[in-house]
Amino acid sequence: MLSFVFRRLASAVPTLFIVVTISFFLMRFAPGGPFNLERPLSPQTMANLNKAYGLDLPLWQQYLRYLGNVVRGDFGPSYIYRDNTVDQLIGMGLPYSIELGLWALGVALVGGVAAGTFAALRQNSFLDVAIMTLSTVGVTVPNFVVGPVLTLVFAVTLSWLPAGGWGDGSLRYLILPMIALALPQLAVFARLTRGAMIEALHTDHIRTARAYGLPARTVVVTHAMRAAMLPVVSYLAPCAAALLTGSAVIETLFTIPGVGRFFVLGAINRDYTLVMGTVVLIAVFVIVFNLVVDILYGLLDPRVRHE
Amino acid sequence: MPEPKDIILDVRDLKVTFDTPDGPVEAVKGIDLDVRAGETLAVVGESGSGKSQTMMGIMGLLAANGRVTGRAAYRGQDLIGLPIKALNAVRGAKITMIFQEPMSSLDPLYTIGRQICEPIVHHRGGSFRQARTRVLELLELVGIPDPKRRIDSYPHELSGGQRQRVMIAMALANDPDILIADEPTTALDVTIQAQILDLLQSLQTRFGMAVVLITHDLGVVRHVADRVVVMRRGEVVEQGLTTDIFERPQADYTKMLLDAEPRGEKPPVPTSAPILLDGQSVSVDYATGGGLFYKRSGTFRAVDKVSIRLRQGQTIGVVGESGSGKSTLGRALLQLVPASGVIRFDGQDISGFDRKAMRPLRREMQLVFQDPFGSLSPRQTVGEIITEGLYVHEPELSRADRDKRAIEALKEVGLDPQARNRYPHEFSGGQRQRIAIARAMILKPRLVILDEPTSALDRSVQGQVIDLLRSLQDAHGLSYVFISHDLAVIKAMADYVIVMKDGVIVEEGETETLFAAPRQAYTQTLLSAAYTAV
Repeated sequence: MLSFVFRRLASAVPTLFIVVTISFFLMRFAPGGPFNLERPLSPQTMANLNKAYGLDLPLWQQYLRYLGNVVRGDFGPSYIYRDNTVDQLIGMGLPYSIELGLWALGVALVGGVAAGTFAALRQNSFLDVAIMTLSTVGVTVPNFVVGPVLTLVFAVTLSWLPAGGWGDGSLRYLILPMIALALPQLAVFARLTRGAMIEALHTDHIRTARAYGLPARTVVVTHAMRAAMLPVVSYLAPCAAALLTGSAVIETLFTIPGVGRFFVLGAINRDYTLVMGTVVLIAVFVIVFNLVVDILYGLLDPRVRHE
Repeated sequence: MPEPKDIILDVRDLKVTFDTPDGPVEAVKGIDLDVRAGETLAVVGESGSGKSQTMMGIMGLLAANGRVTGRAAYRGQDLIGLPIKALNAVRGAKITMIFQEPMSSLDPLYTIGRQICEPIVHHRGGSFRQARTRVLELLELVGIPDPKRRIDSYPHELSGGQRQRVMIAMALANDPDILIADEPTTALDVTIQAQILDLLQSLQTRFGMAVVLITHDLGVVRHVADRVVVMRRGEVVEQGLTTDIFERPQADYTKMLLDAEPRGEKPPVPTSAPILLDGQSVSVDYATGGGLFYKRSGTFRAVDKVSIRLRQGQTIGVVGESGSGKSTLGRALLQLVPASGVIRFDGQDISGFDRKAMRPLRREMQLVFQDPFGSLSPRQTVGEIITEGLYVHEPELSRADRDKRAIEALKEVGLDPQARNRYPHEFSGGQRQRIAIARAMILKPRLVILDEPTSALDRSVQGQVIDLLRSLQDAHGLSYVFISHDLAVIKAMADYVIVMKDGVIVEEGETETLFAAPRQAYTQTLLSAAYTAV
């Protein structure tokens, strides 16, 4: 088990290297640069700035230099937030994104699995059709529509909840962004669970459990649900990575100081280092959660248990 | 005859109906039967006879679109329409079941110990910890070696026979009155089958429960059953004592079933007959383990220095249990898997021939598989399937010629030539196997390797396919290598038999001699384990 974890972590190194390399060059080949503003700077200022940030060096030198810094955990200064390094920006924003993301993940997982299970147990009933219709809506309606609608109803019209901001960090501020963030994932979890549950309920060992007079609750919870959780757990990794690294749309709509905005802002402004920092952050989350999921998978299913 | 008070399960006018998109389908059409205390009742029938659905209906285990009506009284209590709570008090305690697929019938995610505990705890109360002692006893009882260690094993860590033993332990856990065994040995090798049936019988004598054995295998029925119910298309055709049914069958269908046991024998070919296929110390190795990042951990020898000499017009039967290497040998002889050793076909050394060199020989060496559905493309018409080989081997044929050949081939295997415009799913299992045979025959081969060609078929259909293969052999002087685990079929088809185990030949000889006086212990076990009319 321990050697499995080490092997997997070791294989993360080349993955990260590839991610860094591809995004570095993609970013550089995009037209424009961090100092191309609406009002052009004088050539002299531009040259000074480029020199100060090392952008006047040949690209391969910049790449090697960047790589060396990343290995030391230094993602460099941000080009638009001039007073901060990328490390500082991420360090400030990440706790907000993680807190919001964890809530959303919990809501999506619990709500989705519950809804999917009920739908599967009442297959083709009104409840099933209703849940599946809602989940289609949940997947298809983008969160930049859900967010404003929630704000309009619950903050502006009913005045039950604040329209945005973090406030004192109490749950009141979290509810609306959390729902907007969780909804599409909840819908995906519901669909996955329903499909896997229906399949699990038709297996031979469920027939055995019923033939041995086990009560319906035991049959469903102990035998069917555990099997049905396998595909759900697989989806957990990309979902958790996406939710915990912040959503640009939700954080902008609800003015939450998380890291989600940095990726889009950085990309628009050609803030090379900021984009690279968020890319690496997301990659690390994906890798870590994939590993967590593989371990979970082994705990759930003895057939894939790692030596 | 037993007194009526011995009747513990009384089934009257039982109907099972399935709602399908094409309207309701009646799978069981109002049958009567009874189960008496301590007896073994065999419910016999071919696929689609409703024998399993009868029991599923009684136990409340039908699929969601199934409905059951009628009466099934267990000691006076009607199980049909019983509230689920009351039914659950009977299921798994008084009436228990074991199933055909011991792998999928156990939950792969829990240890066997925990799964046997579940019905004990549920029906008798107490904790899993307390039940554990009972589970150890049960595992000991059903002959699981080293129960203390095995109790914490997962189903995938056990063999098929052991898994079925675990199911039996689960079935016995609450001292049931009736044990329903639905094709309990069909998925198992014949020697394992014999062990499981012996186990069931000895436990039955010891605990005095009734056993309802659902099976298609008349050999097994004759060996173990007290009474027999014969079912066909949802109806009971005949029932009575086993001896009566076998000695004096009344219904035509029963007679036909009994007659469908493979009969006849094949006389040996003269030693002057030319040798068609000659394999000398053929071996096949498979690499085990291995992957992108890991070194191969070793090789597994599936076939070990097997020599086989097949004459013109001869049928060599290759017998063995799963893992014996018999199918691999068949593929090796056709150069479909890499093999070492020398293989001569019609005097020509073909060992080491690559795909291109083999191509002209392929038309003379054909292969027919077990699963007639899996080996026919569902998206091609039967005509396209059987003429496909002609494009490769006789490209000069015109469309009309090919069609003529297809008609000939279909007629030869006893199918309506109109079949060539239809698709495989429109045919029954037996018809599909005929299509597969037609596909081989259209090329006019000299050697056909038949890999379990009758194993997926009902006995009555099996007989017809065997007759067809025989008449084709006579008409064209074909040579067969007939691979099967079914000794009755081998005895009827082959004039020479090779017995394989773990990749090596254990014993070989002319069929008559080998069946009459097997010399090796393994062959003797194999023969005594096969209850069929050997």
